[in-house]
Amino acid sequence: MTEYTGLYQRLYRTRVPILWWLRRRSYLAFVVRELSSVFVAWAVVFLLLLAHAVASGPRQYQSFLAWSAAPWVLTVNAVALALVVYHAVTWFNVAPQALVLRVRGRRVPARVVAGLHYGLWALVSAVVAWIVI
Amino acid sequence: MPDTIAVDVTRYRPDRDDRPTTQRYEIPLRKEWTVLDGLNYVKDRVDGTLSYRWSCRMGICGSCGMTIDGDPKLACETFLTDHRPGPVRVEPLHNFPVIRDLVVELTDFMAKLPRAKPWLVTDSDKPPPDAEYRQTPAEMDEYKQYSMCINCMLCYAACPVYGLERDFLGPALIALAQRYNLDSRDHGADERLEVVSAPEGVWDCTFVGECSRACPKGVDPAGAIQRYKVTAAKETLRSLLLPWGRR
Ligand code: SF4
Ligand code: FES
Repeated sequence: MTEYTGLYQRLYRTRVPILWWLRRRSYLAFVVRELSSVFVAWAVVFLLLLAHAVASGPRQYQSFLAWSAAPWVLTVNAVALALVVYHAVTWFNVAPQALVLRVRGRRVPARVVAGLHYGLWALVSAVVAWIVI
Repeated sequence: MPDTIAVDVTRYRPDRDDRPTTQRYEIPLRKEWTVLDGLNYVKDRVDGTLSYRWSCRMGICGSCGMTIDGDPKLACETFLTDHRPGPVRVEPLHNFPVIRDLVVELTDFMAKLPRAKPWLVTDSDKPPPDAEYRQTPAEMDEYKQYSMCINCMLCYAACPVYGLERDFLGPALIALAQRYNLDSRDHGADERLEVVSAPEGVWDCTFVGECSRACPKGVDPAGAIQRYKVTAAKETLRSLLLPWGRR
């Protein structure tokens, strides 16, 4: 340590602790949201595998169904479902901050912007469900 | 109501300490006293060596930012009674080097500040008008929120990215760039684009959103940054699709 001479500042610098994301609930919520992206990616891969199995005939499809009934796949998918929903909900809740809409010169209130996102989500889900079922 | 409350203040005296220590002071608990009033009491009556910054004591000057019970706060707007029964933990703002006690070093922000050109950039092709610039209330509403910033640095203390990434321009600076970009009198948006859309500009931000929760002035820097990301992405797309266009 350099000796203090009184001629220059001797600053104290803190380091961000490795566990900084445990310091606040909102930091933790953020880190979980970032990590949930991995599961969003998994959901996409799973969907692609499913589409591929369907395209390559009934036998392939049957074996895909058997594979996805395996306990570990079920567990991963359950976790993925929870985290994908978390991902979507947290994003929709912050969407109004990034999206400023104006209707006839007035700013559309944040609740409406978020509401539209949820509405659209429900609509798309309904359409997909209608096609599939 | 007990008539005193304890405050645990972080002390760092560079002439004798190698690292900060905590010192407890018992101060009177008055209904109308803020943490700043408590610190002023200590300074006047108990221990004149305690150092901290303040000036306006009414949330205008932005100099009294500190970490109070873990949150970045303005000491002059934080009431002691809201932190009963105490002890109230008072630390310097996170993410900044400490000069002494609660006084932090802000040169990093000051050095970055001019890069965002936080002033009205005029259109050099046109001669300056000989009358005042007119602006409608709607045009003013576009940027007014961002002009409320008092440079208190609470958002920088709240931002984990700024703590980890020293090059990040940071929340208030980008909000300030937006304050001018959205001003109908300004023509500097293109000049700011390069700085603000650089990796250490908006793209360092991962949208934790804590800056907007910390801000005592309702500036919503996180919102400003996300909006700017949209603008920056559009500009990149435009320059890819129309390489012969502007820029
Ligand atoms: S944006 Fe808000 S928190 Fe950040 S410096 Fe300005 S007033 Fe302070
Ligand atoms: S003393 Fe000026 S903002 Fe607190």
